[in-house]
Amino acid sequence: MYEVISNDILAPNLHKLVVRAPRIAPVRKPGQFVIVRVGKGDERIPLTIGDADPTAGTITLFIQAIGASTQKIVAIPAGGHILDVAGPLGKPTHLDNWKRVACIGGGVGTAVLFPLVKALAATESKITTIIGGRSSQYVILADELAALSETLLITTEDGSMGRKGFVTAELSELIADPDRKPDAVFAIGPVPMMRAIAELTRPHGIETIVSLNPIMIDGTGMCGGCRVVVDGESKFACVDGPEFDGHRVDFAGLTDRLTTYRDHEAALRHAATECKLVTGVSNV
Amino acid sequence: MSNNLTVKDRLAIDRVHMPELDAELRSRNFEEVNRGLTQEEAVREAQRCIQCKNRPCVEGCPVGVSIPEFIDALAAESLPKAARILQGDNALPAVCGRVCPQESQCESKCVRGVKGEAVAIGYLERFVADWAMKNADKLRGDALPAATGKKVAVVGCGPAGLTAAGELARKGHKVTIFEALHDTGGVLRYGIPEFRLPKEIIDVEVDRLLALGVEIECNVIIGKTLTLDQLRGEFDAVFVANGAGLPVMLNLPGENLKGVYSANEFLTRVNLMEAGRNPASPTPIIKGNSVAVIGGGNTAMDCVRTARRLGAERAMIIYRRSEAEMPARIEEIRHAKEEGVEFVMLTAPLEIIGNNEGWTAALSCEKMELGQPDESGRRKPVPVPGSRYEMPVDVVVNAVGTRSNPLLTATAPDLALNKWGNIVSDDQGATSIPGVFAGGDIVRGGATVILAMGDGKQAAAAIHGYLNGGV
Ligand SMILES: Cc1cc2nc3c(=O)[nH]c(=O)nc-3n(C[C@H](O)[C@H](O)[C@H](O)COP(=O)(O)OP(=O)(O)OC[C@H]3O[C@@H](n4cnc5c(N)ncnc54)[C@H](O)[C@@H]3O)c2cc1C
Ligand SMILES: Cc1cc2nc3c(=O)[nH]c(=O)nc-3n(C[C@H](O)[C@H](O)[C@H](O)COP(=O)(O)OP(=O)(O)OC[C@H]3O[C@@H](n4cnc5c(N)ncnc54)[C@H](O)[C@@H]3O)c2cc1C
Ligand code: SF4
Ligand code: SF4
Ligand code: FES
Repeated sequence: MYEVISNDILAPNLHKLVVRAPRIAPVRKPGQFVIVRVGKGDERIPLTIGDADPTAGTITLFIQAIGASTQKIVAIPAGGHILDVAGPLGKPTHLDNWKRVACIGGGVGTAVLFPLVKALAATESKITTIIGGRSSQYVILADELAALSETLLITTEDGSMGRKGFVTAELSELIADPDRKPDAVFAIGPVPMMRAIAELTRPHGIETIVSLNPIMIDGTGMCGGCRVVVDGESKFACVDGPEFDGHRVDFAGLTDRLTTYRDHEAALRHAATECKLVTGVSNV
Repeated sequence: MSNNLTVKDRLAIDRVHMPELDAELRSRNFEEVNRGLTQEEAVREAQRCIQCKNRPCVEGCPVGVSIPEFIDALAAESLPKAARILQGDNALPAVCGRVCPQESQCESKCVRGVKGEAVAIGYLERFVADWAMKNADKLRGDALPAATGKKVAVVGCGPAGLTAAGELARKGHKVTIFEALHDTGGVLRYGIPEFRLPKEIIDVEVDRLLALGVEIECNVIIGKTLTLDQLRGEFDAVFVANGAGLPVMLNLPGENLKGVYSANEFLTRVNLMEAGRNPASPTPIIKGNSVAVIGGGNTAMDCVRTARRLGAERAMIIYRRSEAEMPARIEEIRHAKEEGVEFVMLTAPLEIIGNNEGWTAALSCEKMELGQPDESGRRKPVPVPGSRYEMPVDVVVNAVGTRSNPLLTATAPDLALNKWGNIVSDDQGATSIPGVFAGGDIVRGGATVILAMGDGKQAAAAIHGYLNGGV
């Protein structure tokens, strides 16, 4: 049992959970994730380790409640428990001696980006962080990321905060400016965003690292369900990734495989909502 | 009934039939197929054993179960005695009685098989083990020896790890098992389906270990959460039994279409996560109406019979060679056939074809014929020219095999591996690192439950010697 120490709401449906995981906290590295199962009979789902406190033995998870399992996790109050937390899994982020790096986060990807920006901030690299959201209330971790970056740029689709539009617009400008052009780009967010960014950087030959989110079960390389095609070869994202060279990823294949259980997920979401209506319980 | 029978009387008894669930019915549910013998049937079957002095059957058993002895006790209806003999030799008899390939092990050596049918050793083992589970109160547990103060770490909670843990705990050592998944049993839980091995059995066996003071810590991945080096620092010895859980891909075009699974994924979803068999399970599975399972081993049989139970109208085994070469147990093949599984033999898959939405739609295959024997002595299948054809399917399961998972070994550079990535160990289970022992599938590649258990037992003895200052 893994105790939930705190559960804060950062944005609509986006929670920050601090969880006691004394074996994982001291050994995890940026880029790694855990597999979580809330209770008996529940699904196993992957979540990035957003941060950790080795002395307190805690890890931080940023969770966007989008379906049945994530809703169940964010509903656990401080003092409650998660039954299973296994990790740290996946390869840690590969850090190089880049001069300028652009870190781009979209939606919950911003939270997944956070440990990476923190790790980069400890290197010589100059960091421009670009984060995007639908509107101002979906922009998360802005203060924290601003403190770690040389520059923080914000975009919202409705213009309610920062620049109106998408993160790609800011990135285009960065690339066009010889003084700010990055040698490497990290892009973490929805698949279409990562794909667009990889296409944007490709002609410029800028190293682009994306963090992929295929469907996982064990997270240890046992099932092969998380396979993604990189450079024409099947890779298991849970052991070979989750970070890959964005210029080599078959995004179309990933997008398609992510739809495998769409009907099932919709049914469960529907059931979860019905259930809430009946019991009058609601979260967020 | 009396056990004072003459050999002639014994020879006159016919081999018992295992009562089975009706094939039509069972092909749609997950209940155990073999129902088990009644005591009367078991005793009668036990009386078929002619108590050979030279005990050939025992040689066929990888862990050397005292077969004539436990059978004799059973024939005399002395069940506690039979149970004690069996449990003394075999840590998981209720499992082995169900899943051992008896026809190629103990029963293959039974003299009664020479002129007729072998004694049903596996069925009898299962009967005695099941009786023992229900009558634990009638079996006095041996008092545990005083604690030795030595600590042993076991990596992996499959049959090899469970066996080693039990043996070591009975010698007074403090054992902690580290398991990557959230539950115990290894392949027994996530691979072998409920209809062959009810999961309650694993629970009972695990409870027995816990009662011996063994600690089991799930969600710990050695090589990730902790390293082998850390374990060596914290424990006096380590037994590595992390199995061979890495799927071998087919490398066919279309392998990443939706509806294509590895056997590990398909079985894990259904067995460990209860997808498709427990309506309350949130874990999804694509059930498929027409399912092709590629391979001819136990794993393939488990997948295809699972597909039937999930509702497939057509569930097919696609195998390159002929039925005679199939490595699966004979009973599994028979059961699969009775359950309506189609056997498409001498057929090799070439490509999985998708529809325009990325779903599996057909399997393109080619017919094979058997040519000259290859290195393994099996006749090598060769393609029949111009025989390519397509069969419509919506789910394809790849059950061609597994290899050793490198998560642990990749972080233990001093651990000697062979060219397949398996840990090299001597016949005592000792590896290239002093104090580190290994056994089961991580050493053998995909093998059997009983061989894994034999390794666990062997290594436990070697570890005990090592802890007492021996080699
Ligand atoms: C390496 C990795 C790290 C991740 N880190 C985070 C994170 O830090 N915070 C966060 O909020 N989300 C993260 N995700 C995504 C998160 O795992 C999914 O949102 C979650 O599994 C959805 O489950 P659900 O039941 O709530 O939603 P569902 O309604 O079941 O599914 C919604 C969508 O989530 C995805 N999904 C469903 N099941 C799984 C699964 N078992 N594994 C992976 N994806 C699945 C699919 O794209 C699906 O369409 C990560 C995913 C991966 C692979
Ligand atoms: C579908 C299927 C059907 C089979 N049917 C039969 C049969 O009928 N009869 C028969 O005799 N054999 C059968 N086998 C083979 C048999 O199950 C295996 O040979 C046996 O389970 C091997 O035991 P093991 O203890 O070595 O490994 P496993 O059973 O594989 O257990 C290894 C355990 O270690 C854990 N682990 C892995 N890596 C780590 C790590 N880094 N840290 C911590 N834990 C880890 C795994 O999660 C697992 O629980 C079958 C196999 C399969 C897949
Ligand atoms: S353990 Fe297996 S091989 Fe040995 S006697 Fe029992 S069924 Fe036969
Ligand atoms: S070989 Fe057969 S008949 Fe002889 S002792 Fe063994 S089980 Fe009995
Ligand atoms: S999640 Fe099973 S192999 Fe990656």
